[in-house]
Amino acid sequence: MAYYALIVDDSSAVRAFVRASLESSDFARVEEAATGFEALRLLATHAFDVVIVDVNMPDINGLELLSFMKKSPRQQGARKILISTQAGGPDSQRSTELGADAFLKKPFAVDDLRELVAQLLAPAEGVSG
Amino acid sequence: MSDPRDNVQQEFLVEAQELVEALSRDLLLLDEAHHRGERIDPALINEIFRSVHTLKGIAGMFGYKHVGTVAHALEDLLDDLRLGRMSVGQNLLDVLFDSVEHFQRLLTLEDPQSPQEEAGVQQYIAAIRSVGVEEEIEEGDPLEKYAIDPAVLTVLTEYEEHRLRACIREGLQLYRLRASFDLMSIDDSIEELREHAQEDVEIITYLPSMEGGNDDTIELVVLLAARVTEEELKAQFGGRYGSIDAIAEQTHLPTLPPQHTSIPVLSMGPSLEDDGGHASLRSVADSVRVDIRKLDHLMNVVGELALVRSAVNRIVDRFKNDLTYRQSVMDLDRVGRGFERQLSELRTGILDVRMVPLGQVFNKLARIVRQAAREHDKQVRLVVTGASTEVDKLIVEELTDPLMHLVRNAIDHGIESPEARARAHKGEEGTLALNAYHRGSNVVIEVEDDGDGMDAHRLRDKAVERGLLSVEASQELSRQDMLNLVFLPGLSTSSEVTDMSGRGVGMDVVKTNILRLGGMISIASEQGTGTKITVTLPITLAIIRALIVSVASRTYALPITAVREAIPYVPEDVRTIQGREVITLRGETLAISDLARLFGFRKSSQQEGQFVVVGSMGNRELGFVVDELIGQEDVIIKSLGKSLSSVRGFAGATDLGDKQVALVLDAPALFTEYFDGPDAFRSLETRP
Repeated sequence: MAYYALIVDDSSAVRAFVRASLESSDFARVEEAATGFEALRLLATHAFDVVIVDVNMPDINGLELLSFMKKSPRQQGARKILISTQAGGPDSQRSTELGADAFLKKPFAVDDLRELVAQLLAPAEGVSG
Repeated sequence: MSDPRDNVQQEFLVEAQELVEALSRDLLLLDEAHHRGERIDPALINEIFRSVHTLKGIAGMFGYKHVGTVAHALEDLLDDLRLGRMSVGQNLLDVLFDSVEHFQRLLTLEDPQSPQEEAGVQQYIAAIRSVGVEEEIEEGDPLEKYAIDPAVLTVLTEYEEHRLRACIREGLQLYRLRASFDLMSIDDSIEELREHAQEDVEIITYLPSMEGGNDDTIELVVLLAARVTEEELKAQFGGRYGSIDAIAEQTHLPTLPPQHTSIPVLSMGPSLEDDGGHASLRSVADSVRVDIRKLDHLMNVVGELALVRSAVNRIVDRFKNDLTYRQSVMDLDRVGRGFERQLSELRTGILDVRMVPLGQVFNKLARIVRQAAREHDKQVRLVVTGASTEVDKLIVEELTDPLMHLVRNAIDHGIESPEARARAHKGEEGTLALNAYHRGSNVVIEVEDDGDGMDAHRLRDKAVERGLLSVEASQELSRQDMLNLVFLPGLSTSSEVTDMSGRGVGMDVVKTNILRLGGMISIASEQGTGTKITVTLPITLAIIRALIVSVASRTYALPITAVREAIPYVPEDVRTIQGREVITLRGETLAISDLARLFGFRKSSQQEGQFVVVGSMGNRELGFVVDELIGQEDVIIKSLGKSLSSVRGFAGATDLGDKQVALVLDAPALFTEYFDGPDAFRSLETRP
């Protein structure tokens, strides 16, 4: 399974973690964005299969990026994962309304992330033969 | 399959360290604002929250259990603070400051899950929990006052929503700024916008919209809260950023009267950012993080290129007088010189990248000052100058501990209690100054206090009492000599050992550490007036100026910082005292060490050297007998590699061109071996 992913998080350790987790198991290519603005640049010009976004960032927050992707023609095929330290809070609720496909609670393990991505990218039932 | 975390563990540690430093810095700003009774910038509190929040997240992912637990408890506390459920007080500040110490310890644990830490962590968490929530949030939702687009409300995070409410409660007007930004330069444009919006304006959030945007530009809606009118705001932004319009208040709802400010910490007042202080500290947007080893590698490549350059030079020299190739040789010479210019620029560039401002260390010291002053009930004002002075990253790392010790000393032993200061007709508040500046290729750091100063005679008496000095010798000491005694191992100025500076680390260790960095330390003190310690360091360790010498036909480099002078060697003048060879230099006895014999090249003294290079490290002097002085050169030190790392006495090797490799002598190590460990070089004697 080869795919193109974007991780948006202002923590370089989280970005490195996500990149290492995905690139070591799959044929994944992972782009990193440290700020909402960097993410906007990439989202405007690249079509991603998976976009993983942290909710709390200093400028443009993760929810705003989700809302942007919802409207962006390039990202219609993207699976969107929102990460945050609080599960079930107002942020995760809003993320569902804004079209997030999954919510991942920080801290998460390597396998949690890999499984979630595999699940989201699995071909819909009946199509796979 | 290997755990992918292993490869990025370093990334975690670096970031965690940075977060803790940022936390420490921001806490100091918070402390300062609190003590001055200033308005506390909500952005500062949010920044503190974010550092802890991020730390919690990454600690969990990288298996730093204790760090995660502590960060989690703090995060809850800080969340209450930033959401206005409590206010800043002394208890809270103390608990927050303690966190820095806890994090630093927990991050350096061999086993980050260590069960031994459990009790300490739980105790600290109990302390965090004991700082309870103090304030109730006001009832009624102020958001209803405004006709805000529901689509906007759904993309706000909990915190942004809180800020929006808080601003409305404080009576600020909400505005919408709509503008198009070039995607490539949006970071700068936003930074500029923030600068224009500093006073009386708070930016709640930025919303990217799809309308009017294409691949190169994007339209943002910026939600602002401001104390000024629409006209004033428009004037402030000067039409630079597209349209600004006020968000209308709902007409059918009764307006909530802002009877009182429910959240005192957020009341308006002079902004913390007025002095520009922490705004600049936090802007790290355009920086990259580089492993210093990568820079070392680049430096080595530059060294290789310098060798290429000298090879070209030799070719030019060889054909210089050959008329057949005249034009080509001239061309080659010109190209070679151009190459050299670029190379020197490249070298300067790499050195420049290694430089970091001393402010990084000063911030840590500020915390120590605060802590030490509190523990001793002393009032200390810290004055810092030259925080932007830059030094090699490696030096900064090694400098923290010695400087920390000097600062603790100044507060423990130097600055008096407020009562004692009053009696001495000084202000009750003592001053500790940290000054940094460049002098030539050195950086100078001063730690200066206006305390009681040092008692030179007491130092002398103590040295005699402890057998470090003979009574006769003590009679001849100048006042400066007596002060310098403080650097002797086993001598401390205060008879009582405090738990801070008395951790078994004395001024001798401080001195050794500074010497190891190729630096110097000196002391000036006036009794009753204060003490000034001056540390002088090279700006970088990557390139050092060295004296190139030859010993038994081999070439060695001796760091110039350790060399005082070179004198001709006269074998007839050598005497032997207690089995050691000495000469007399200007009436003083100077121990000498024949490097050729030390390295096992020469068994007898029949074939003698020509010069004595007088090395000086602190109060000790030692003459090195060498055959020839070749000259001075800037050299790049390369490591000897793992297999030779246990060989003492050498700091590394360097390339001198002409395929000549020279070993760089480690002067502090040679001194130690000579004076303290006679057998230390035995392992070298098997060498050819």
